Order: sequence, then C-alpha cells, then structure tokens
Amino acid sequence: MTYLPKPKLHHPSLACNALGYTRRDYEGKISTLCAGCGHDSISAAIVRACWELAIEPHRVAKLSGIGCSSKTPDYFLGPSHGFNTVHGRMPSVLTGANLANRDLLYLGVSGDGDSASIGIGQFVHAIRRGVCMVYIVENNGVYGLTKGQFSATADIGSVSKKGVVNTDAPIDLVGLALQLGATYVARGFSGDKEQLVPLIKGAIAHRGAAIIDVISPCVAFNNHAGSTKSYDYVREHNDAINRLDFITPRAEITVDYAPGELIEVEQHDGSSLRLRKLDTAYDPSDRVAAMTYVHERQAAGEIVTGLLYVDPEAQDLHTHLKTVATPLNSLDAAALCPGAAVLDKINAALR
Amino acid sequence: MQPTDIRNPAYFHKVVDCQWACPAHTPVPEYIRLIAAGRYSDAYMVNWQANVFPGILGRTCDRPCEPACRRSRVEESTGNKPEPVAICRLKRVAADLKDDVQARLPKPAARWNGKRVACVGAGPSSLTVARDLAPLGYRVTVFEADAKPGGFMRTQVPRFRLPEEVIDEETGYILGLGVEFVAGRRIDSLKTLLAEKFDAIFIGCGAPRGRDLELPGRQEAAAQIHVGIDWLASVYFGHISKVGKRVIVLGGGNTAMDCCRSAKRLGGDAVTVIVRSGFDEMKASPWEKEDAMHEGIPILDCRVPKAFLHENGRLVGMTFEKVRVEHGADGRRKLVPTGEPDERHDCDEVLIAVGQENAFPWIERDIGITFDPKWDMPVVDQTTMQSSLPHVLFGGDAAFGPKNIIWAVAHGHEAALSIELLLGGADTRERPLPAVEVMSQKMGIHEWSYDNNISPDLRYKVPWADPAKTLKSMSLEVELGFDAETAWKEAQRCLNCDVQTVFSDHLCIECDACVDICPMDCITFTVNAEEGELRMQLTAPALNTEQALYVSDPVKTGRVMVKDEDVCLHCGLCAERCPTGAWDMQKYLIEMSHAGDAKPDAKQEAA
Repeated sequence: MTYLPKPKLHHPSLACNALGYTRRDYEGKISTLCAGCGHDSISAAIVRACWELAIEPHRVAKLSGIGCSSKTPDYFLGPSHGFNTVHGRMPSVLTGANLANRDLLYLGVSGDGDSASIGIGQFVHAIRRGVCMVYIVENNGVYGLTKGQFSATADIGSVSKKGVVNTDAPIDLVGLALQLGATYVARGFSGDKEQLVPLIKGAIAHRGAAIIDVISPCVAFNNHAGSTKSYDYVREHNDAINRLDFITPRAEITVDYAPGELIEVEQHDGSSLRLRKLDTAYDPSDRVAAMTYVHERQAAGEIVTGLLYVDPEAQDLHTHLKTVATPLNSLDAAALCPGAAVLDKINAALR
Repeated sequence: MQPTDIRNPAYFHKVVDCQWACPAHTPVPEYIRLIAAGRYSDAYMVNWQANVFPGILGRTCDRPCEPACRRSRVEESTGNKPEPVAICRLKRVAADLKDDVQARLPKPAARWNGKRVACVGAGPSSLTVARDLAPLGYRVTVFEADAKPGGFMRTQVPRFRLPEEVIDEETGYILGLGVEFVAGRRIDSLKTLLAEKFDAIFIGCGAPRGRDLELPGRQEAAAQIHVGIDWLASVYFGHISKVGKRVIVLGGGNTAMDCCRSAKRLGGDAVTVIVRSGFDEMKASPWEKEDAMHEGIPILDCRVPKAFLHENGRLVGMTFEKVRVEHGADGRRKLVPTGEPDERHDCDEVLIAVGQENAFPWIERDIGITFDPKWDMPVVDQTTMQSSLPHVLFGGDAAFGPKNIIWAVAHGHEAALSIELLLGGADTRERPLPAVEVMSQKMGIHEWSYDNNISPDLRYKVPWADPAKTLKSMSLEVELGFDAETAWKEAQRCLNCDVQTVFSDHLCIECDACVDICPMDCITFTVNAEEGELRMQLTAPALNTEQALYVSDPVKTGRVMVKDEDVCLHCGLCAERCPTGAWDMQKYLIEMSHAGDAKPDAKQEAA
C-alpha cells in the first residue's frame, strides 16, 4: 500500500501495441489495497491482457459491486467507463448496459462476497441468460473489508486467522457456472500470471458468458497455515489441466506439438484458442465431463485450474432475444420510437 | 547465474553509478540529499573528505559522474533530451552556500610522528597528499615554483571560470593543517631532493609542457604563435593583457576552450577554434564546447593545419587541409582528405592547444627510478602510485599523463595511503577495505528517511551573468551558480541510487506485488539461466550489460528473483508493496580508505 502515485517514467524499451499505447497507458490509479493483495496481481493481469489485445480503453465498461475486489476497477484501465453498483447488483446493471449498447466490452469484476453471498441471485441469472461479458471473481474465501470472517466460498475445514474452523459447505463458483450454462469457464490463480493473462484474453475474445474464478489470496486475513486459499496452499494443490496460448487471427503458429498434446478451438470472431494439455485425458469441450472432473479433484483436495470449459459456438443474450444489431444509443428517434401505428400492429399480433 | 553476493562492497557501490565513476568515489547522493535539506556545510564536508576541493571542482570538474548518472538513462522514456543530474553544479552550491567550516576541519597534528614527506608541486595531487598526511602527524613540505599554491588550477584555468578567492580558500584549508609551503622553489634535481632525506617524496608536478606544432612558418611567425598553456599562464601572471583581433585556436580539448574564451575577452573580435577531428570526437567536455559557442566562438572541425602563412615576418593566416572522419576495419578513427582545395584562414595570432606532455629533465636517470623507454615516463604502479624507488611516488598528471583535477585528487589519496602503509612497515599492495555502512531507511509503512517521490523535472540550467559584461572581463565569473531554490529542485532529480533495494528470498511469498508496482519493469521472477539467456527472459530485456543483474537464491517455487539494476528509480515502491518485508530500502554508504583508515578491523559488512 502506498500513497505515492507510480512515477510516470517507464522502461526505455517499453513497447507500444497496435494502437500505439504502452502497457502503462492501461493502468489506473494507485491501488489502496493491502500490500501483497492478490487482487492487485489480477489488475495487472487485466492490464496486460488488454494491452496485448490492443483493446481500445474507451470501448470497455468496467462494472463492479462492493468489496475489496470491487474497488479494483479504479486501479486498471483508467480511461475506460466504470460503474460501481450496489452490493451484489453488478450483474443486473451489466446486463442492462449490455442490452443498451452491445458494442462495448463488458468487464464485470466481483468478489466471493459480492457474487457468492449477497449477489448470488444476480450472478446465476446473468450466466443463465448468456450475457456477453467477462465476469471475473476475485475469490479469497474471506470478508477482508470486515476483518476476515469466512465467506461463502471458504472450504469446509479451512481455518480462519483467529483459529475458527469453517463448518459450512462452500459454494463452488466454477461448478455453478458450468451447471448454469456459461460458455467459457476458467479458474486461475493470482500468483500465476502466465496462466491467468491468456485466460483473460480468451474470455475477452469469447462471445458469450465468460466466467473466470481467480483464487486471490488475502494477505491480511487468509494467508496462514490452515487456509485453503493461501499462496502456499494453492501452489501445493494446484492441478493445472492445460495451458492456454491465446492466438489472434493473424498470428502464425510456429511451435510443433506431439498429437494429443494440443487442442485448437476456433472462436466466432476467427481468433483461436490453443490449449497445451497438461492432463492428456481432459477435454474442455465436454461440459458434463468438466463438471465431473472438477468435483472429483475437489473431493481429493485439489484445485483445478486452467480453461475448464469452452463452447466455441456460444450464443449470447442478444441472439436469444433477437435484438437489433445496432446499439440503442446509435439509433435515431424514429427507429427507437416508431410511432402509434407500429405499436398498434404489435398489440394486434399479441391478441 | 550464481546468486549475487551483496556482501561484496563493490556490488552496491557499482549501483551508485556516480560514486563508482568518480575517481575519488565521492558519495554523491549523500551530499545531494544534504543540499536538499539545506545542510550546505554538511554537504561541503562530505565532499571535502572525498575530493578535497569542492568549490574548485564544483566549477571545473570534468564530471565523470554525470555521463554515468542513472537519471539520463531513466529519462530516455520521456521523449525529452535525457540529462543527468547537475551533480557538479550542486557541489558548487554546497561550497557557495555553506557557513564557515573552519571549525570542522582537522586540527594541525598535536605531535610530530617523526616522519617527513616532501611534495613536489602544489597542485591538487600534492595538496591532497598533504591534507591526508599532515593531520596524522607527518611533517609535509610542499615545494612550488610559483608564489601561490594551486598549480594548474590557479595558473591555467581562467578566472572567469574559477575565481581566485575559491582557490585561496581551499588551498588555504590545507596549508592551515600545519603543512610547510615552500614558495618559489623549483625542484630541478631529484637527486638533491633525495639527499635531503625525506621519508617519502611525492611528485605531483603536473604535465607542464604544452605540445607544439612544427609546421612550415612556425619559426618565422613565432612572435604571433603561442603554446596554449604557457599563454594562459602568462595571462594569469599579467604578462599578456591583449591579443590580436583575429585569433585561431588550434585543438579540441578543454585547454583550447579556455584559450578561445580568454582570447575573446582580451580583444579577439573574431576567435575561431579549428580542430582536426570531427566535432563529436573532440576531447573537450560537451558543456565547455557549449560555453565557447555560447560566447560566439565558432568551432570548425575536420581541418588539419598545414602551414602558418607570414608576410614580412608577421603571421597573416593559416592553411588547412579538409578531411572527413572514417572508421577503419579495426574500428580506429582515420582522417581522410576530402580532396577539396586547402582552406585559408586569415589571422593575427594563433594559440596552440593540441595537448600536453610530461617532462622530467630534473629527474636524473641514475638514481634508481625506472623509466619506460618508449615514452620516457617513470614507471608508476597504478594502485600504490609508487615508482621503482618505493618511497618516491607520483600522482596527478605527472603519473600517467594529463588527466584532470579529480583524478589528481584520487591519485593523491592513494599515494598518501601508500606512504602511511610504507612508513608503517606494511605492504603497500594490501589496501585496506572501504568502510561500508548499511542502514534500513524504513520509518513506517509509507515513510522512508529519504524522499522517494520521483521528481519529473528536467535538468535546470545554471544562470549566467550578462554576456555584455562577462565578455569584457577576465575575472567576472560567467556562471552564477544555482540559488537555493533551484538547487533544491535540481537535487530532487537525484534518484538516491545509494538507497539500495535489498531482497531477502526467505521472506518472499511470490505475490508479484513488487513486479506489478515497479514503474520500470526491473523485477522478474523466473527460472534461472545463464546470464545472456536470463537477460533476455526478463519482463523488460536487460540490454545494458554494463549494469548488473541482482539474482537471488531460489524462492519457494524454485524460481529466482532477478532485478535489472539498469533503470531502477530507487523509488522504494517494491518495498512499500511488499507484504512481508522481503524488499527493504537500505542506504549503502561506502567510504574509501584514506591514510588514517589503515586499521586492521576495516569492515566488509554489507546487508
């Protein structure tokens, strides 16, 4: 935690992306989270992903709820649109914004409290509806802002900093997302950006509901022995099933892999996801198998990370509702309000 | 790569680029912080310990520290002209704004230790030897041909760059330590001096002979052709007070710059510097070239002097062959004639400033001092400054040819230390280790005992006196020096490179906080590799191989922390962000051993 803004000076070799921006241009204000917070690493991963994809910052809307995690949109993508909603209500606001202007990239950032407790009703319905968004849960298993009570994602048997053992069953956000029809489901770890950045890039390119559950240790209240969301515990129990190399449409593939080691998933926009398998039996296109696998490993005390499931043929809410292709803010008054005659026609059709 | 041994005093010393580059290893960031705090006398004393002549050097130093300054590397990204901290001119601020420091100087030794040391010449190297030894009880005698001490600093450096009272003050501090100053005695026989049975003799007589140019017409027009350093001395002594209207200065070093600027003030309306090499290869410091050009003196490069033209025994001009600079296959610079017709420049007087030479006609060749047959120079040990007669030592320009004041001071320190070791019966090759002090600067979560807020300011210019006045006066100082307010702002540009980033691998939890916050992408956690490979696999490739990589022991995941020291701002954000204190900012103060420090318990203790 620091009060000083990061100096504007940067490394002489710092590169520019296709838009002419450096990575530093994607940063936000200086973080006021605790020193060593996993959330700051996730912010840095978002910055890197957006820079590498040359995302135009003004085409991104960052939405969040309440909590440590929900403060973070202030710390990345300073020039983007932002909306801090009421606690747990980010998914609804995001859904509404998305319906009004389908051209923006919607980045929902939330925590385990915001998404798995107060906002779980919102969380599940945004997924069910297939809202096109990147939904990142910064999951640390505790309520950090209120000094470390267990959250709804804390594992049974996990010990709090004060020594209390958790007896409540955890909500598995990845399991929920798979079950509710999310079309891009991943789990990452804030301490492994090499894995996390491509997962975020893949999610940004995905045209459907993309959920990334990121284990993000709370250094102040949940990084001790007995915690199942500490840096040490996650590193020891991390079962990474694959490594994602996000490939943009024009990128050339230069590395050779033995058959069976590599899966390529072509997405709607022409970009492709290249997965290097770490577990050769794992098939990320099989939703049911993914659910089974994640549950099995979880029962064995392992934390499965990587791209767990992806449906390259994903459809989103706009497709389901057959909405107009043009964002509402680009339609003129005549199109938005076609007049009494059209209304009569619609009403007649419903009789 | 092997983990970096930060217990080796040289490792962090090298990170303090300015101090490492300074021949006398002046603790630059330390005194700049004192200046920023308004503690000018303290800043002056830090300088005085290391470089003996802060006021003189603050105006005339060759500033090897400034090209080394990290600030000029980190500013590369701003799109402006990257410039180092104005270290030299801040040194002058300490000298200009200090209070009376007389009470803080060492006192003359209470008791004579029975040893007598002679210094030949009263230039910076001899005076440094005297300063280091006199307070320890040595009886030091300085022999000087002129009436006043200072040597080249007094007689060749013009007064509009270095006022006489500054020389008087700083040489006075030394003579006030109980040093015997024998003015007006030129040593013309070393054999005779040896017979006076001094315990040690230090020769710091400079490189007193200016190189001449034997070209057609040199003899015939001799009255209007002068050797630069002799001419400057004549100006100082008042033998010369005016010069012809049109003056050509030959040569591209700092002496040439002093010559042309002096000539401009003595009646030279049209003064031109003409140099053989290309402009960029000139030996003069860039700022001295700028100063000359600022005073309306053109510098013509790539012209090789061919002849002095004369009519009726009077110089009327010179001819030059035009050349271009080419680099041969061996990388050596060659001047290739362009084939254009020779160029004629009319003039009334010529000053030759094409270099200096050592001359030791007064050292007999049969008294045991070995001379290098090729250069006819005494063989001097680079470390101990001793000649083949162990108690005869050399320093300054007399040792290895013309350099500058700060090198002379460095030589003086080493020679004084050698004399102390030698006369104490110790091995002069066993140099005592520097004293190193390492101290955490942490005072609170966001509190450091140094100012870690990086100033975005560009280098401040030193104000100049009105050229209408300065160009008419030989004694009016051109540069006015920073005022206290500007000095503070310039001091804020210093990155405090002596406040080191110290990493403790056993405390690290690999949360990446330091990697994410580092504005310069200096820090990477990666698998270890050989240096060449490692340099390329960092977040930002470490292409400046002059700068070290700081490599830790393996952390928990088996990776290592690698920090590229090159463009670190020493802002301490890594340490502020670190949840476990694995990073700490520690001030690393290294003081080189001088005579009097030759204690057996010299520390070699780092982090």
